[in-house]
Amino acid sequence: MQSLPPVPELIDRLVAQLRPAVTPATLLVGIHTGGVWVAQALHAGLGIAAPLASIDTSFHRDDHHLGGGLKAAGRVSRPPEDVDGAHLILVDDVLYTGRTIRAAMNELFDYGRPARVDLAVLVDRGGRELPIAATWCAYTLSRPLPASQSFNLQRAADGRLSFSLGEK
Amino acid sequence: MNGNPQLDERGELIHLLSLEGLSREMLHNILDRAEPFTAVAEREVKKVPLLRGKSVFNLFFENSTRTRTTFEIAAKRLSADVINLNINTSSAAKGESLLDTVDNLAAMQADMFVVRHASSGAPYLIAQHLAASGRRHIHVVNAGDGRHAHPTQGLLDMYTIRHYKKDFTRLTVAVVGDILHSRVARSQLHALATLGVPDIRLIGPKTLLPAEAARMIPAAPLAVCHDLAEGVRGADVVMTLRLQNERMQGALLPSPQEYFKSYGLTPERLALAKPDAIVLHPGPMNRGVEIDSTVADGRQAVILPQVTFGIAVRMAVMSMLAGTSGGAQ
Repeated sequence: MQSLPPVPELIDRLVAQLRPAVTPATLLVGIHTGGVWVAQALHAGLGIAAPLASIDTSFHRDDHHLGGGLKAAGRVSRPPEDVDGAHLILVDDVLYTGRTIRAAMNELFDYGRPARVDLAVLVDRGGRELPIAATWCAYTLSRPLPASQSFNLQRAADGRLSFSLGEK
Repeated sequence: MNGNPQLDERGELIHLLSLEGLSREMLHNILDRAEPFTAVAEREVKKVPLLRGKSVFNLFFENSTRTRTTFEIAAKRLSADVINLNINTSSAAKGESLLDTVDNLAAMQADMFVVRHASSGAPYLIAQHLAASGRRHIHVVNAGDGRHAHPTQGLLDMYTIRHYKKDFTRLTVAVVGDILHSRVARSQLHALATLGVPDIRLIGPKTLLPAEAARMIPAAPLAVCHDLAEGVRGADVVMTLRLQNERMQGALLPSPQEYFKSYGLTPERLALAKPDAIVLHPGPMNRGVEIDSTVADGRQAVILPQVTFGIAVRMAVMSMLAGTSGGAQ
């Protein structure tokens, strides 16, 4: 595995990148599940007053007919109070094909018309299949991971976050 | 094939024909998946694209405005195209057979059939026919067949009970009415037993509910009771059933008034249940026959939430079915 800094360090980097862009109108939206954990850390690190929102992308996945949708039960979107005219920062753990981000944007637009949407991710693993790029990224892998490998953020019982690499 | 035509080789749901034979895990899985769908109705855009481009045919060989409407709403909120066919007034009346009708609609590229039929087993017949003719990608949902099953009604009742009571394994549930002839009751009882309800009481007059009714679901903890007051005592959930008018004609019951006197759910009788007991009814209600208006409109009634949950449950079922390939590929 390429030498990836520990997750707390990646979060600190992302906080530093985001800080100049945050205004009182900024809302963080975590993408289930890993993105919500990252968003919680950013929310605390940036001292944002507005409540943290979250988005579940199951309803908008493009692989539903292939058996890829609705896998995780009981996850519900908690969108921002008022999406119309808001500056939203979507937060995810890993940026890969871009399909999750597309689904998250579709989900967001079901609630209103934001003024601006940005994307903050901890790690870009490469392998994009859609024209989507992160506005802020704490770490970009120097070589894209092969599609046969899964790369996910995990949360231990004590709340500690770490990345795990495995074969699919 | 594992013997259950509703499941594919991997144990995933491809049709919903009956709750009989579905595991506790599967029932909870469906209820879990229904949960996020309850929030869809509160959005600015009350639609999600899971069934975009799919054609859902509502095949109603028997009239039912309410059930058909809730299926139609559910399918439309999933972005499907919905075609309603009231077969009473169309080809079947001209003598076309059930399977000819199905073949014709399948040739119109149907993706899902929602079937209501007066004969028990009609949806099974359709599912078998589709499998035998290599069209397992077309899914079938039973919307009520004869006296056999009404699985989505059973599921929405379970969703409602779980919503208010959380844990099935400590509940006392009273089911009141013409249980033996009711497809709704049959689906409810299968689900209640599978979900681990330890005390299920069947309540009704002897003419409708003989003692053998306690064995209508093998291995289920059923007890037959002919006295409503005794049956609802200490219950957490009271499930009332609609009294079908045709029962009156067969001399099984004297009159609606007589029935109400002995088996109508009145506030006095409900007071014998637990103070936080909930009252369900599948609709449409006969006020003053099986349920008193004060109870129907009272704080313990969850009859309207049942309707709302019913849409979410049907969305969950339809999207789960459409999310499987039917094992054809």
